[in-house]
Amino acid sequence: MTVPMPGGGLKVRGLTTTFVTPRGRATVVDGISLDVAPGEIVGLVGESGSGKSITLRSIVRLVREPGKVSGQVEWQGRDLMAMSEADLRKVRGAEIAMIFQEPMTALNPVLPVRLQIEENLSAHTTLDRRARRQRALELMNIVGIPAAERRLDEYPHQFSGGMRQRVMIAIALASSPKLLLADEPTTALDVTIQDQILKLILDLRDRFGMSVLFVTHDLGVVAATCDRMAVMYAGRIVETGTVAQVFAEPHHPYTRGLLGSVPRIGAERSMLLSIEGAPPGLIDLPEGCAFHPRCAFATDRCRAERPPLERFAAGREVACFHHRTVAAMAEAA
Amino acid sequence: MREMPLISVEGVSKRFRFPRTASDILTGRPPAAVHALNNVDLEVYRGETLGIVGESGCGKSTLARCLVRLLEPDEGLVRFDGKDISLLRPGERRAFNRRVQMIFQDPYSSLNPRMSVRQVLSEALSVHAMRPKADIPTRITELLGLVRLPADAADRYPHEFSGGQRQRIGIARALAVEPDVLVADELVSALDVSVQAQVINLLLDLQERLKLTVVFVAHDLRLVRHISHRVAVMYLGKVVEISPTEALFAAPRHPYSKALLDAAPELDPSRRTRVAAARGELPNPLDLPAGCLFNTRCPFAFERCFAERPALSARGPAHFAACHLPDFGNPAPETIAAQ
Repeated sequence: MTVPMPGGGLKVRGLTTTFVTPRGRATVVDGISLDVAPGEIVGLVGESGSGKSITLRSIVRLVREPGKVSGQVEWQGRDLMAMSEADLRKVRGAEIAMIFQEPMTALNPVLPVRLQIEENLSAHTTLDRRARRQRALELMNIVGIPAAERRLDEYPHQFSGGMRQRVMIAIALASSPKLLLADEPTTALDVTIQDQILKLILDLRDRFGMSVLFVTHDLGVVAATCDRMAVMYAGRIVETGTVAQVFAEPHHPYTRGLLGSVPRIGAERSMLLSIEGAPPGLIDLPEGCAFHPRCAFATDRCRAERPPLERFAAGREVACFHHRTVAAMAEAA
Repeated sequence: MREMPLISVEGVSKRFRFPRTASDILTGRPPAAVHALNNVDLEVYRGETLGIVGESGCGKSTLARCLVRLLEPDEGLVRFDGKDISLLRPGERRAFNRRVQMIFQDPYSSLNPRMSVRQVLSEALSVHAMRPKADIPTRITELLGLVRLPADAADRYPHEFSGGQRQRIGIARALAVEPDVLVADELVSALDVSVQAQVINLLLDLQERLKLTVVFVAHDLRLVRHISHRVAVMYLGKVVEISPTEALFAAPRHPYSKALLDAAPELDPSRRTRVAAARGELPNPLDLPAGCLFNTRCPFAFERCFAERPALSARGPAHFAACHLPDFGNPAPETIAAQ
C-alpha cells in the first residue's frame, strides 16, 4: 500500500524478518511495504501467526535474537534500519510510541504510575521536575482517568484493565509522538471499555494529528477506527485499500473468507462462509500462493507460482491471480 | 407460556468468599465475598439455543457451571426436567451428568495431553456404558465423522491438533454420551475468526441433526445473535434482560443491553459513531451498589434506581427486562408520535 507522500509519515519497503529455529528458517514477515501518512490510521489485520505484531516490532527494530530484520523503514525522511542504536532510542518512545495488548505486563508493577509517566517525560522532554508533575496530571486528564490527582500515586494493580490501557496511552503520549504503533490495544478489554479506548484513540488523532498503525485481528475494530487497511496472511500483505473499499469489495479470497466468517445481521442461524483448514506453519509454507490449500479459487498456477502484490485500482492492491473472479463473486452474492 | 422448561434456574445466588482476614476478625465484619450470581431466574426450553451474553465478571461462566452442577448455588435451585439437581439420587445424578454436557473455553487445557483421541472418546463411551465394548471403535469413527475430523485422528494426541480441531474433539467427547443439553462456555473465543466460523457452522448443523438444546455462553454479541433463539444479557451476576433474539437486537429494553449493543463495533465502516456507548467501568463485585446494579453507569438513573433493585418484568412476548423505566427503548411511543 503505497501512496505518494511528500516528507513526513512512515514508509516501509520490503521489510523482512526471519527467525532461525531448530526446525528451520521461518520468514515471519516477508517483504512488507506500506505507508502511513500523517494523521492517518492504518489497520494491519490478520489471524494469529500472520506476522502482524512482528511487523510492528520490526518497524522500530524491537525484534530480539535470533530474529533478523532487513528492508527499509523510512520515518520522516530518515532510515530507521540504518540508524545507530543510540539515535534510534531518541526516536523510539519519542516520535514513535507503542502500546501493547496486555497493559499489566507492559507497566512496571512496583512503581506508581506517576513515576512511569514522568520517566518518559524526563527521557524525551526538557521539562523540569515541577513541569513534569504538571504535565503528568494533564496527560491523565487527556486520556480520561477520573480523580487523576489521587490516582497518579497508585500502582498498576490498583487500576482496572481499561484504566491500565489509558495509563499506557498516557505514557505513550508523554513525548507527543507523531506515530503511535498499537498492537491489539483493546483485545483484552470488554466491549464497552474497548469502545471507550477506540474513541479515545480517534480523538487523540484529531487533536494531535498523530498517525496510528493499528494491529488487530478484529474486523469490527478496523471498520470502526481505521482509514486504510492491509490484510496479512502467512507473513505477507495480500490486500490493501481504504476500509470502505475493502469491506465493500474484497478482492482476495482470504479477505472475502474473513469478512464472511463474521456473522451478519439478517442472516441469523445460517451457515457462515468459513475458510476450511487452518493457517500454515511459517517454516514449511506451501509452494506458490501460501493460501492455495484453503482457497476455493486455486488453480495449478496458484500452486506453482506466488502471486505478487499488485496495484489494480487507485489505492488498491491485491496478491491474487484470480482477484477479478473473487470480486465478481462477492458482487453476485 | 410454552411447554415445561427443560432447565429452570430459580433465584440462584452464588458467592465466592475470601478467607477471613485479621482485620475482619477484629472489626467483626463478615469475610469479603465476590457476588458472582445475584438471584438469577432463567428457563431453557427443549431444542432451543439460549445465548448468555455479558462482559467479563458478569457471572456467565459461573451460571454455566451451576447448570451442569460443577458448582453448587448458595441460594436457589436449578431444575432439570422438573427435578432439583442438588437432590438427585446417585443413579439419577449419573443420568443427569450424561444428559447435560459442558464444553470448555480453552481447547488447550480441557483435554488430557497424555490421552489419544481414541482414549478420550472410549473413556466417555465406557463410563456411561453407551455401547458394548466391541462397538466402541465403530462409534469413535462415527463421532469423528460427525465433527468432521479425519478417521486417522483417533490415534493422535491433543498437541498434534490446532485449536479449532481440539475444540471439535471437545465437542465429539460431549456428543459421545448422546446428551440432551450442551453447555458451551465461550466455545470459540480462543479461536481465529476463520476457524470460529467452522466451529459455529458445525454446532448449528449438529443441533439440527441431533435436536440438541444448547446454552451458548459468550461475550461476542455477533456470535450470540447469530446462533441463539433467545438471549439473556447479564450484568454483575444478574440477568437484566431476556428476550427472543430478534426483539432484543431490534429494541433493547434495558440501558445496559443498549450500551452493550452500541459498543460492539459495527462491521459497516459507513456507520461509525464518535460517541462512546457507555461511560465508566464495572463496579467492584466485592462491594455492589445498592439498588439497581447498573446505576453507577446508567445515564437514565433516578432516585428509585439507587434505593430499589428492579426485578425482571414483562416488556413484550417472552421479553423481560429489569429496569425501573418500563418504557425505556420501547419502539411503540415513537411510532405513535410519528403518525
